[in-house]
Amino acid sequence: MTATTRTIQVDALARVEGEGALTLRLRDGIVEAAELRIYEPPRFYEAFLRGRDAAETPDITARICGICPVAYQMSAVHAVERIYGLTMTPTLRVLRRLIYCGEWIESHVLHVFLLHAPDFVGQPGALEMARARPEWASLVKTGLRIKKAGNSIVRAVGGREVHPINVKVGGFYRLPRRTELAALVPELTWAEQAVRDCLDWSTTLDYPEGDGAYDFVALRHPDEYPMNEGRLVSTSGLDADVTEFDQHFAEQQVPHSNALQARKRQDGGTYFVGPLARWNLNHDRLPAAIQAAARAVGLAPPVLNPFRSLGVRLLEVLYAFGEALRLIAAYEPEGPASLPVEPRAGTGHAATEAPRGLLYHRYATDAAGHILDAVIVPPTSQNQAQIEDDLRRLAPTFVDLPEEQATWRAEMLIRNYDPCISCATHFLRLKVERS
Amino acid sequence: MTGTAEAGRARPPRLGVFKFASCDGCQLSLLDCEDELLALSEAVQIAYFLEATRQPLAGQFDVALVEGSISAPEQLEQIRDVRQRSRYLVAIGACATAGGIQALRNGADVADFLSLVYARPDFIQTLADSTPISAHVAVDFELRGCPIDKKQLVELLLALLAGRRPRVPNHAVCLECKRAGYVCVMVTQGTPCLGPITHAGCGALCPGYDRGCYGCFGPAARPNVTSLQAQFARTGMAPDTFQRLLGTFNVAAPAFAAARQALPIVSP
Ligand code: SF4
Ligand code: SF4
Repeated sequence: MTATTRTIQVDALARVEGEGALTLRLRDGIVEAAELRIYEPPRFYEAFLRGRDAAETPDITARICGICPVAYQMSAVHAVERIYGLTMTPTLRVLRRLIYCGEWIESHVLHVFLLHAPDFVGQPGALEMARARPEWASLVKTGLRIKKAGNSIVRAVGGREVHPINVKVGGFYRLPRRTELAALVPELTWAEQAVRDCLDWSTTLDYPEGDGAYDFVALRHPDEYPMNEGRLVSTSGLDADVTEFDQHFAEQQVPHSNALQARKRQDGGTYFVGPLARWNLNHDRLPAAIQAAARAVGLAPPVLNPFRSLGVRLLEVLYAFGEALRLIAAYEPEGPASLPVEPRAGTGHAATEAPRGLLYHRYATDAAGHILDAVIVPPTSQNQAQIEDDLRRLAPTFVDLPEEQATWRAEMLIRNYDPCISCATHFLRLKVERS
Repeated sequence: MTGTAEAGRARPPRLGVFKFASCDGCQLSLLDCEDELLALSEAVQIAYFLEATRQPLAGQFDVALVEGSISAPEQLEQIRDVRQRSRYLVAIGACATAGGIQALRNGADVADFLSLVYARPDFIQTLADSTPISAHVAVDFELRGCPIDKKQLVELLLALLAGRRPRVPNHAVCLECKRAGYVCVMVTQGTPCLGPITHAGCGALCPGYDRGCYGCFGPAARPNVTSLQAQFARTGMAPDTFQRLLGTFNVAAPAFAAARQALPIVSP
């Protein structure tokens, strides 16, 4: 018998942020190629950041991604502030954590209800889902209301939900008034309870098998669940300062993608960033109530099945609401809205936990604060090789399904990572490796 | 399914959402209309919206919302196709209306840019310039902003559904700021503010946060850039600061581009 070749191909991936395609080629049932092709055109941020004022980085880099602009702003300001030797006051630190809570909620809830859930109920999208059954309609409605609650946090602290205007190097332009934040409390309290109900719903879904022996990478903070600060840690025992990011991870260009793929320097292996990584590496930093909620839905760590990331996102949302309520209750607008900034020459690194995982920025400035060099490594660049690995590893579990189902399953695998393709193509390494 | 309009038969209008080079923030604004989204999905058929549904691209559209700039060769063909399929084509956001921040590369040597970012520039296909949708096809309406304002988006969709002209004023942010009763950041704090020359739509968000406007909605109708520059100069602002202020998300909008060119110092 001659060899049979089969190709599963999706030319335009739906329900991901940005433009990507997928090719899975099998020969006699063996995977020959598993490619997540990112064809979104690059926007060359790294090139045009050169010569700009470092103070412009939060506004400029926010435009890499409309879904997680706060993550870009947070990594940018912390990196530049390290060059300028600034340490945030307690009030400013709280506000930065609060705005991040808002973005985690907004981004995770968008993914859970609008992008991911339709896969588990066999609908093309959430709006179709809402039309198909009344109980799904009320679920989508609840999801939208929870998402709006997250947005309201970003808007109150940042001014607007997409590309907030209040974040700056040194702090904020204006401290939100106590009353502006207190006004959010009733809706956040409602949403916190609503997420608990959604967690119950998430246990009714059918999750395909998918456990993998992953090397998870996330930040780790001495006492908090990580957002803006922490050391780089991994399942395989890494424990490093963020300034050492480059020594542990390297990006490579591959012919089929406009985004670079990151791998571990040590062994060229793939690694996994995002909610599952944070969850498995920082579970002991969560309040007991969240740990209990996790046990109740069978998501105590380790969670090794990427399909179950849906529930883990909901648990992070539950945590973020609780954390936001706690921060708002204790909030006093004390001290200045921002610290005075004195430009100087230097190099600054920062990594923060974007909703989709570790987001690393590095800038070098001259004495006037102009950028000489910028490097940004978004979470999707880091997960890209891991996604291709999952496709390769899990293909045998679905290739025998009928074409349409097999294709759908391959797409689901990708959506497990909530890839943000717009991010992945926009920040690519500045270093030239000429042959 | 062809989806073509069958004359005489009542059917919900078909809406398509299309993406070119962009950050997805403007189309996200549609999903951020949490209160209106489900009602909207009943009034119109959201027939193509890759970020929200696997529904394949097919048929004609009554309204096409187009996000992003044209910046890669294959997009030239794609935007013509969208135009042909659509009755009303609406460009949403600074990328689609002015080329976006990625237009900072216009005029630079793109080959250089490519080699700065990629080890193998030959794998990557890109156009020399990032250009607005209107540079390639006829555009029926434009919504400004980086990102667009949700209220303006809802107004636009309601107006198109009702067959009336959208009420989207083109005066300056300055007017919105005075209406909102904010203290002027420029007069009271000497903070540089592009409000006098920037297109309205945000409700003077930045001055409300003690910040000068940075022009994310692009130029207002008939902006008096020269007089603003003179005012900035009196506060001691260096020309290259002004140039940088104009050189962001709407850098290639004609009024901002012309003003930058007229300035004495040319920085990146
Ligand atoms: S205009 Fe701004 S918000 Fe809209 S897509 Fe472009 S970069 Fe994103
Ligand atoms: S004040 Fe200016 S920069 Fe701020 S949101 Fe409005 S138009 Fe954009």
